[in-house]
This record gives sequence, C-alpha cells and structure tokens, in this order.
Amino acid sequence: MNDSPGQEGRLGVVVKGSLTDGLRVRLDRGVNVEDVRVGRYVTARGKLLRFFAVVSNVSLETSDAYMSAAPPDVSDPFIAEALLGTAAFGALDVEPVLALSNDPLALVEGPQPAKTIPPHFSPVHLASEDDVRLVFGEEDERHFWIGSPLDMETRLCLDVPEFVMRSNGVFGKSGTGKTFLTRLLLAGILQSGAASNLVFDMQSEYGWKGYSEDSREVKGLKQLFPSRVAVFSLDEESSRRRGLTPDYVVRVGLDEVEPEDVQLLRESLSLSDVAADAAYSLQRHFGKSWLAHFLEHPTGDAFRDLAGALSVNERALSTLKNRLSRLKRLKFMDKGSGHDSVGRILQYLDRGMHVVLEFGRYGSDTAAYVLVANLLTRRIYERYQRESEEAMGDEARKPRPLVITIEEAHKFLNPGVASQTTFGAIAREMRKYNVTLLVVDQRPSGIDDEVMSQLGTKLTCLLDNEKDLDAVMTGVSGSRRLRSVLARLESKRQALVFGHAVPMPVVIETREYGSAESYRELGFRDAAELRAQVERETDELFGPDD
Amino acid sequence: MEETANPKQRPDRLGEVVEASTDHFMVHCYELYGAPPLGALVRCGAEGPVYGVVGEVATTSIDPGRRPIARGRDEDTEEDIYRNNPQLSRLLRTEFRALVVGHALDGETMRFLAPRPPRIHAFVYSCGADESQAFTSSLDFLTILLSAPVPSPDDVAASFVRQASLCHPDPHGFLVEAGRELAVLLGRDTLRLSGILRRLSP
Repeated sequence: MNDSPGQEGRLGVVVKGSLTDGLRVRLDRGVNVEDVRVGRYVTARGKLLRFFAVVSNVSLETSDAYMSAAPPDVSDPFIAEALLGTAAFGALDVEPVLALSNDPLALVEGPQPAKTIPPHFSPVHLASEDDVRLVFGEEDERHFWIGSPLDMETRLCLDVPEFVMRSNGVFGKSGTGKTFLTRLLLAGILQSGAASNLVFDMQSEYGWKGYSEDSREVKGLKQLFPSRVAVFSLDEESSRRRGLTPDYVVRVGLDEVEPEDVQLLRESLSLSDVAADAAYSLQRHFGKSWLAHFLEHPTGDAFRDLAGALSVNERALSTLKNRLSRLKRLKFMDKGSGHDSVGRILQYLDRGMHVVLEFGRYGSDTAAYVLVANLLTRRIYERYQRESEEAMGDEARKPRPLVITIEEAHKFLNPGVASQTTFGAIAREMRKYNVTLLVVDQRPSGIDDEVMSQLGTKLTCLLDNEKDLDAVMTGVSGSRRLRSVLARLESKRQALVFGHAVPMPVVIETREYGSAESYRELGFRDAAELRAQVERETDELFGPDD
Repeated sequence: MEETANPKQRPDRLGEVVEASTDHFMVHCYELYGAPPLGALVRCGAEGPVYGVVGEVATTSIDPGRRPIARGRDEDTEEDIYRNNPQLSRLLRTEFRALVVGHALDGETMRFLAPRPPRIHAFVYSCGADESQAFTSSLDFLTILLSAPVPSPDDVAASFVRQASLCHPDPHGFLVEAGRELAVLLGRDTLRLSGILRRLSP
C-alpha cells in the first residue's frame, strides 16, 4: 500500500477529459499525491496509441461533497486506511502532448502531436527513462544535454540545429539561473557546430569567468574552448584586471552612429520623440558624419540657425545635443570612422569562431550597451542579408548560421522600437538570412508581442509577474495549464522549455555547470590532462623515452 | 431446553426454513434462543445450497393471539422461571430471517441471489470457519446486505464483516479490505459510511 507510486510507476487511470481541456486521472489507492509534482512527465497507454503528457495540476477529491463539510475521523488509523484512496482520493490533470502509435513502424517517425485522447480508464504511468529518450532524442552531435526532467536522472536533450533555426528566448526573474542556462545553450551551439555565436555580454560573464549566485567562480566559454572562442572587449582595462587579454579591443566611431540608434536610445537618454526624430534631419543636413558635426556645432545664433534650417524646435535640438554628448565621453567612442570592429567580428565568425563582446564597466550603462549592440548588429546583419541573397538557391554559399545573444532584450525589442530596429527585423524574419537571436530577459512583458510570438523555443525560469507570464505564454496551446507549471518552478536551476526545439513542453532541472566534472562533460581538459595527452600522443608517434 | 435434542441432528443444524423467497428465508430454530448471532453466515440445503446472512432474529409466542405473561414474581432467577414452567419451550419459538447472499452452482460459489428460493423445511446449518473464509474471499455481495429490507442493514453488514474477519488468517487486513469495499459502495453517503466504519474499527 505504501510503495508509492505503484507498480512500474503506475499512477492511476484516465477517468475523463478532452483534447482541449486535458485529461483527468484518478490516482490509484497506493499513490500519494505528494509524490507527483506539477510538470512531471507521464504516459497514458491507450489501445492504439501511447500518449506523452505533462502533469499540469494535482487535486484532492471526495466521492461525497458532504465529506469535505464533515471530515471523517482519520485519527482512527482503520478509518483512515479504509477511506484514503477510496472515498477520498487524489487526481491529476494532465496535458496530452504527443502520441506514438503502438505499431513498431511508427517508431521510425517518432511521436506526433496528439490529435486525440486515450480511451476511458487507460492506465497512466510515470514516464520512464526510455520514454524520455524516445521523445527528446539521445545525446549526440545534434542533441545537446541541457538538463533532466523533473525527478528523473535521464539526460534531456535539445535539438540544436532546430534550435538555432529560429530566434529563441531565455526568460526568468533575476537570480533564477538565466545566465547559467544561457551559458549552457551557448556551449551547446558551440559544440554542435550548428551556428556561430555572437554574444553581447553586458555583465562580462560569458566569455571569461563568471560568478554563480553564491559568488563561486565559474569558467567562461573562452576558458572551456580557448581555440574556438574569441573575446572582444570594449573595456580593455576591465578585461585585463580579470586576467584576460582580449582578442580585440572594439572602438566605435561617431560616424558609425545612425539615427536609428538614437531612436533606440530614446528611453535610456530620456529623449522626446521630437528630439529623437531630429537625428534624421541632422543626418540629411550633415551627411555621414552628422553626429560629430552636430556635437561640435557652435551654440548661440548658429545653433538657432541650424534649428531653423532643420525646422526643428530649438529646445528639442539642444536637449538632443546635450544628451548625445554623453556618447563622446564613452572611452571606446572616438571621432574616427575607420574602425573595423565589424569587419574583425565577421572575420572571426567566418572562421567558424565564436565571439563574445565584453562590455566591462560599460555594462552598467544601458545607453552604451544598446548603442553598441545595435550598431554592430545592424552592420553584421546587412552583410548576412547581402550574402544570403547572393547565395539564393545555392545552399553551399549561404553564410554560416549566426546566433546573436542579447541581454536586457526589452530595451531593443519593446513595442515602441521593435518595428524599427535590426533586432526587431531579425526576430520577425527568422531564419531567412541565417541570423537568429537568443533573447535573454527578465521582463518578457516589455518585449513586443509580435516578436514574442515569433520566438521558436522559450526556456523560462521562474516568473511570477502576471504580465510576464502572459507574455511568455502568448500563442502557446494549452497555455492556461502550462502557466500553473511555470508559476510553480523552483527559484533556481529549473526551467520550463517549450517550442520548436523540443517535441513537447518539459520542466527541466538545468544541467550542472561549474564543477570540474561538468567542465569535463563539456569536453574541457585542464592543463595537466592536456599535457598527459600530448605525452601520450608523442609516445605513440615516437615511442616512449628510454 | 434439552428436551428437543435429537440424536439424528448434527450439532451445526440450526432449524428449518418456514418461509422462503428469492431474497430471504425465515428459519424456525429447533431450540428456543438457538439462533446464530446477527450477521452470521448460514447455509440452507445440502446440494445446491443457498447462503444467507442472519439479518433479523426474533423470539415470539407460537400463537400470535396469546402474548406471554410475566411469571417470575416468586422466582429467584430467570432460569428458575423456565425450570418451573417447562411448557414455555413449546409455547415460544425463536426464528431468524436470513438474507440470501449467494449460492453454489456446480461446485462454484456465486455471490448473488439464487435462481430459486430454498424449499420449506429445508435444513439450515451454521457455516464453519473454513466455509466462511472461502465464501468471504470476495466481498462482491456486500451491496446486497447494505440494501436489505431489515431494520438496520448497516449493523448486519458490520456484524457480518466482524465475524467473517475472525475466520481469516489476517483479521485486520480483512477488515481494512472490507472497509475499503464499503467506502466505494457508500462513497456518496458519508454519514452512513462513517457510522459503519466506526462499528468495524478494531
């Protein structure tokens, strides 16, 4: 009676349900409700099909409503034993997601989306390790292990080539493990070789050394994969202080700034619409070097004349000048226009390398982050767009897929600017030009709906703000029930993964990152091991030393 | 009360059927006060027997028009009344109503009503421990007891289960199993269920 869950992980039987509302499962007598958690992955065995489903709710039922008004005396163990599991029992709501035919040939096709439900009284079991492997695939070159399903040891894998085909999102409140999850995803993309990464590393935590919540130091991508990752830096001093010699120090010329960038900075520089729009007039007036000219434009009458010539309110123009002059104070900005940061980044990417751009101290300056990320992305995207169009119909000439990771994504993709920025275009056009986004954000409600609905796969750590939950769930089938799963995630190392790259929504315990063992699993060899390997190989080549 | 003793009578023979229908039979006991306890399992007939559970026991005057009168004013004990009035055992009778809960057909035990009621004057026997244990290996028939047309079907069911439990090697386990069966049958009537479970609680 107490060996809960029951024989072979049996939980109960399907007692009612519908495809739209999910299935109701009555728990068997010996199964304790406390053993089944929301988000757990179960199977229902019908006559012709086997269904894969997610537990979306756990509830207590009584056969007679009066029992809740006058509970029987369960201090008597006999009465408790007789009633529990019979007249008072547990029930589950489960969401059938996939179905697999019992026909052995169907195994080749794999599970398909569930278009019907199992018949009455079909037995429901906890999913086995084999079930998970069958649905999510085994760890291989294509499938990257990102974690384990709730309460299971099985390695749950993400189909990386599918993943990078569309823009994706990692969401969650601050401190819920977004960064760790993102680090893993980047490592997965890197290992699979499915795409190149370009990471706008706001807090300098992906490239070289990061810190876990408990201030433990963890390795960055460059430390794990030194030959395949290049770290670019905006703030060389900060990089060197942390023991890293950046591969390239990025400089940005004032001439590279375009009116579109100013639009994005509207919020962080508190610019009015009129002031931000004036940038377009300035560009028409001064040409390519509009910003440098504008910032050096004399005050007084000359300035008034300029406002007149542009038909822009003088005060608005003056505000614009004041705010933009902040950019001049950023050390990585200068007057020149001959910097080839974009070229260098592209060079590395073309070689199949992955580039992490560290912001150092500028990470805390939103304006700097937004400006640089947008400016570089625009030009990189233009290149990809051109190359993709030239390669139309010729797969071999298509540029290597690129995944651009941005943090604080709502700054680039909020409804006010998403339609104008390059990031908005990338998110909407998806894989057309082989460039996709990995959006990392703690406030998904701040991101434009259209962009959110285009995200292929969403990995969501704990969110508790209603608006954020709504935003993440927009356009997802069964969202009402998934919401309850999402709102109950643990605050660390757990995420709900759903969308294109996983066949069904699943709650995962994120794979460990930070221990020596976890680095080894990712293919990292420390110096001693490398030395040993070199010696071994030398011995193999030349024979052991005498 | 020993005057009715008959050497042909087996000790487990209780009496004879005096009224029968498909769902119950009335048994006239050979001995005054010789009825088995409420809830006891009895068997009627030797071949193709019908099983019944004692649902009601009564001792009355043989002549419905003549009620017994008090006789003990000058007696010391109750026993003295019977000793000094030996006619009483002839003027009074003990009867019980057995609720049909099953029958045997071709050697197999069926736990539902028999196709035909027992015959009048069929002998009725008490069931031994082995027979009770075998019959109660399944509790499918409990629903018959719960809906029986007797004054307190719940008491009958509870007494039956308690007695049957003593015939099983694990009486507690049997009680729990029966309690669960009752919880399913009476799941929609909490008050009744709680009452019956309290009667069963060891």
